[in-house]
Amino acid sequence: MAHDAPKPLVLSNARVIDPARGMDAHGSIIIADRTILAAGPEAANQGAPYGADIIDCKGAIACPGLIDMCVSVGEPGAEHRETLASASQAAAAGGVTTICIMPDTDPVIDDPALVDFILRRARDTASVNILPLAALTKGLRGEEMAEIGLLQEAGAVAFTNGHKSVKNAQVMRRMMTYARDFDALVIHHTEDPDLAGGVMNAGLNASWKGLSGVSREAEIIMLERDLRLVGMSKGKYHANLISTSDSADVIRTGKSRGLDITAGVSINHLTHNENDIGAYRTFFKMSPPLRDEDDRLAMVAAVADGTIDIICSNHDPQDVETKRHPWAEAEDGAIGLETLLAAALRLHHSDEIDLITLLRTMTSSPADRLGLETGRLAKGAPADITIFDLDRPWVLEKSAIRSRSKNSPFVDARFSGRVLRTVVAGKTVYNHAQ
Amino acid sequence: MTVKDTHRDNPYPHRHLLGIEGLHPHEILGLLDRAEEAVEVSRQIHKRRLVLQGRTQINLFFENSTRTQSSFELAGKRLGADVMNMAVSQSSVKKGETLIDTAATLNAMHPDLLVVRHHAAGAVHLLARKVGCSVVNAGDGPHEHPTQALLDALTIRRHKGKIARLTVAICGDIAHSRVARSNIILLNALGARVRVVAPSTLLPSGIAKMGVEVFNSMRKGLEGADIVMMLRLQRERMNGAFVPSVREYYRYYGLDAEKLAYAKDDALVMHPGPMNRGVEIDASIADGAQSLIREQVEMGVAVRMAVLEALAANLPNN
Repeated sequence: MAHDAPKPLVLSNARVIDPARGMDAHGSIIIADRTILAAGPEAANQGAPYGADIIDCKGAIACPGLIDMCVSVGEPGAEHRETLASASQAAAAGGVTTICIMPDTDPVIDDPALVDFILRRARDTASVNILPLAALTKGLRGEEMAEIGLLQEAGAVAFTNGHKSVKNAQVMRRMMTYARDFDALVIHHTEDPDLAGGVMNAGLNASWKGLSGVSREAEIIMLERDLRLVGMSKGKYHANLISTSDSADVIRTGKSRGLDITAGVSINHLTHNENDIGAYRTFFKMSPPLRDEDDRLAMVAAVADGTIDIICSNHDPQDVETKRHPWAEAEDGAIGLETLLAAALRLHHSDEIDLITLLRTMTSSPADRLGLETGRLAKGAPADITIFDLDRPWVLEKSAIRSRSKNSPFVDARFSGRVLRTVVAGKTVYNHAQ
Repeated sequence: MTVKDTHRDNPYPHRHLLGIEGLHPHEILGLLDRAEEAVEVSRQIHKRRLVLQGRTQINLFFENSTRTQSSFELAGKRLGADVMNMAVSQSSVKKGETLIDTAATLNAMHPDLLVVRHHAAGAVHLLARKVGCSVVNAGDGPHEHPTQALLDALTIRRHKGKIARLTVAICGDIAHSRVARSNIILLNALGARVRVVAPSTLLPSGIAKMGVEVFNSMRKGLEGADIVMMLRLQRERMNGAFVPSVREYYRYYGLDAEKLAYAKDDALVMHPGPMNRGVEIDASIADGAQSLIREQVEMGVAVRMAVLEALAANLPNN
C-alpha cells in the first residue's frame, strides 16, 4: 500500500508543549512530507506550505504523540480480545501514536518471523506506529535465551519476559550480559512468583476479603536482585511496572550508583488503589496488584521527582470469559489506551505533577529509552502529534470503548481533558469532531 | 410511608445475606431473636411452618458439605419451601464458567432463595449480581460464613445470657477460615472481646488491625476466656506447609484438658465441625461436659430458618 504523502498540515493557534525542549508556548506546528518542519512560537510566523490544510487549534494543547511502552494485544492468538487494528483505534482515540506490543501472545513473539508478522500486520491494519517487543527467553519460560540479535534485526525494539519474571538469577544475568553486546534494552516485570503467590495486595484488605496476598516484598526483592545483576552486566534495564514506595527507593539508589536503569509505572497505580476493588470487582485485578494509598502517593511523587521515567497504560484486554469469574480465578489485566492521557491529566489537575513532567513520561522519556526519533517536536522528526483540550469534561461510557474488550477500570469515570485530534506521520488518524 | 420509614421498620432490610460485614448490631440481634423462636418450633413434634409455602429454595454447593447443606435443607423444609439440592462437581466443568452458567440457568427457573457455597472468596457476591432472587452465603472460600457466626452467637447467648463483654478465644487456622472472619466481625459488633490464638503462619497479614488481640500461645490466649472456639486445620496445611507436623501442632495448639484449664472454669468449647480429633482438639474435650459442639448443630438449623424467613419477608409479592 504505497500512499502518497498526506497533504501538508499547519496546526495553528495551539499551546505547543514539547517536553524534550521543556517548551510550553503559544505557537504553531508545520508539517510536510510526514515530518515536522517547525514547531513552537517561531513556526507561527512562517508561512504555510503550498496546499496545506490549516487547522485552528483554538488554544488547545499540541504535544508529541504519546508513546505507550507496555501494551498487550490478542494478535496473534486471541483476536477476539484485541487486534492490532482495534488496539490502534483505541490508541488513536487516546492520543497515543506509538504502542509497544508485549510478546506474551499465542504464539509468543520469540522468533524473528513472528516479529516480521507483527510488523506486516501493523503496516496493513494499524493506524498508529506498532513496535514489537520480543521475548527475552524462549517461550517466556525463563530458561533459555531468545535470539536477541536476530530479533533485533527483524525489528524488535526491546526485550521482555512479558508479565512474568525470570525467576532464575543465572539466566537473567546471562540475558543481561548478552543483551548488552547488542545494546539491547531489557524490560522486566519484577515479581518473585514464589513469594507473590497471591491475588491482591497483601495486607488487611486482602485478609478481610479472604484473598491470598501478593506481598510488596515479592516486587522489591526481585527489583533489588535485578539491579545487582545490572551492576554485574552493565546492561540497559527498565523496570516495567513498579508499584511500591520501596521500589521507588531502590530505583533512586540504583540511579545514584550510576546504573543504566529506568523505571515505569502503570497509570492504574497512579490513579487507583486497592480500595477501588470494592466487592471483588475483577476489572481492578492486575499485576502488580493495586497497592494501598501510601504506595500510590509514593508512585505519584516518584514520577514528579523523576525517579519513575515512564508512565504506560499496561493495556491488557480481557473479555467476559476471562474476567467474569470469582476474583482468584479471574485473569489479571485492564485496558487503558483510550484513557491513558485523560487519566494522567488527573495528576496535573490535582497539582501533583506538572504538565511538562507528566507529558515527558509518555513522550520523550520512552522515546529516549527506546532510541526513537518520535516523542519530540523537533525539526525533521516524524509528525506524530496529539492535540487535546486540557479541561474538557467527559465520561467514559462502556459502549463507546473502542477496544474489543471492555475491561476498563474507568468505566463511568469522569475526566477533564479530551483528545481532539491525533496525527501519525502527518496524517490525522483520529478526529474527535467527526 | 416513605422509603426511609420502611427501612427503619424492617428488621432485616437487605435482599441477600452475603456476609456479617455490613450488618447492623440490631439486625444481628433481630436474627438471633427470630432464631430463638425457630428453636422452639424445631423442638415440637409438628415442626412444619408455612412461611415459605410456595417458595423455591435451591442449595447450590460447589464444595462438598454434608452438615451445612442438610442444615439449610431442613431449615427450608421446616418453613414449607420446596427445596432442591444441587451439587456442582468442581472437576466436571472449568471452574468459574460453571458459576455464571449455572447462575443463569438457575435464574431462569425462578428460585426465590439461593443458598450458595463456593471455594472462591467473592464468588457469592458475583453470583448475587447475576440472579434475581435472594442469595445466602453458605461459605465463600476463606471470606465469610455468616450463618455459622450467627449460630455460634446464638449458642453463646443461650448459655451465657449475653455476648457483650465476654472474652472469646478463636484458635487455629485463622488465615484460611471464613468462620473466623465472620465471627470476628459479629462478635465485635455485639461487644465481645475477641482473641485469636495461632502460630503466626496461620494468621492473616494485618491481623492486629482486625479488632482482635493476637496470641501465639494457648496458655496466654486462653487465660480468662469465657468461650474457646476451635477451628479445623485442613489436612493439606498440616505437613510442613504452614505447620511442621500434626504432632507438633497438637502439642502446642491442640485443645486438651491441660490447656482448657487456663480458661475460666465455666468456659465453653465450640467447634464449627467437622472436627479432627487429636489434631486441633482432644476427643475428651470435644465430647466433654464443657463442649457445645452438638448444640451448635441444632442452633444451625434454627439460625438458617431465621435467615430464610427474614429474606423471604423482603421478596416481591410477599
